[in-house]
Amino acid sequence: MVEIAHRTSPLEGRGFEGDGISLSVAKPASRLSLRAPEGSLPALSEALGLELPQRPKSTSTKGNRAALWLGPDEWLVIDEDGADLMAICGKIPDLHSAVDTSHRNVAIEVSGARSADVLSAGCPQDLSLARFPVGASSRTVFGKVEIILWRRDEQTFHVECWRSFSAYGFDLLEAAAREAE
Amino acid sequence: MLLIHCPYCEEERPEPEFRHAGEAHIARAENITELSDEEFERHFFIRSNPKGIAFERWRHMHGCARFFNAARDTLSDKFLVTYKIGTPKPDLSGEIRRK
Repeated sequence: MVEIAHRTSPLEGRGFEGDGISLSVAKPASRLSLRAPEGSLPALSEALGLELPQRPKSTSTKGNRAALWLGPDEWLVIDEDGADLMAICGKIPDLHSAVDTSHRNVAIEVSGARSADVLSAGCPQDLSLARFPVGASSRTVFGKVEIILWRRDEQTFHVECWRSFSAYGFDLLEAAAREAE
Repeated sequence: MLLIHCPYCEEERPEPEFRHAGEAHIARAENITELSDEEFERHFFIRSNPKGIAFERWRHMHGCARFFNAARDTLSDKFLVTYKIGTPKPDLSGEIRRK
């Protein structure tokens, strides 16, 4: 009989609701760290069903799948339905590197009117709508950990961080959320 | 906090996202096995460390993760210009004369 490992989140049961701020742990998702030269992008975009963005700080989404620009030849692809992204990329003969990072990252949803203020407690980037508009995403820092920040709408941010750093990240977010009340 | 212009992200980003990565424009010897110990020492360890305008490599570690070059004034800590790896050293003779 095959035994299947039970998946546990390091943030199991965590959450916070405050005035104008809500912190919640995102559901598990498939994630892909994708590196590819420009020539491979049309084939990869077609296979993934969305255009891999080529402008700094930009994203593209299609349904529950998103591609976040991280660097000139680097993307983070997230599929919230848990699709097998490795199998999709495995069929592409064009040069690329795809690494499944589904279990490496944990995502926290930060939403509410004060979401940008709470994130600014640890993130040094300008999170005003003018500089970090809806749909923008970027790798950056939050306190002492590296995160990938993605603004999904005016008051909702998706924060991706490494599993082992996620308790620190959540603690700092929660402390900031309480402090600013 | 300094704002540093990343030539790959095409905007100014906060200093904690960056790491200093040594002196820029150091030509690696093509015939490294033929170098004398003194020549290798000069190539490997000896850096210019100027007081004034320094050409440095920086890495946008917690951003696009790319290395790029920068001209920085070591007296004022002001970044004069940043440019992509592979592009030639910018002409800053006007800036240097002004000092």
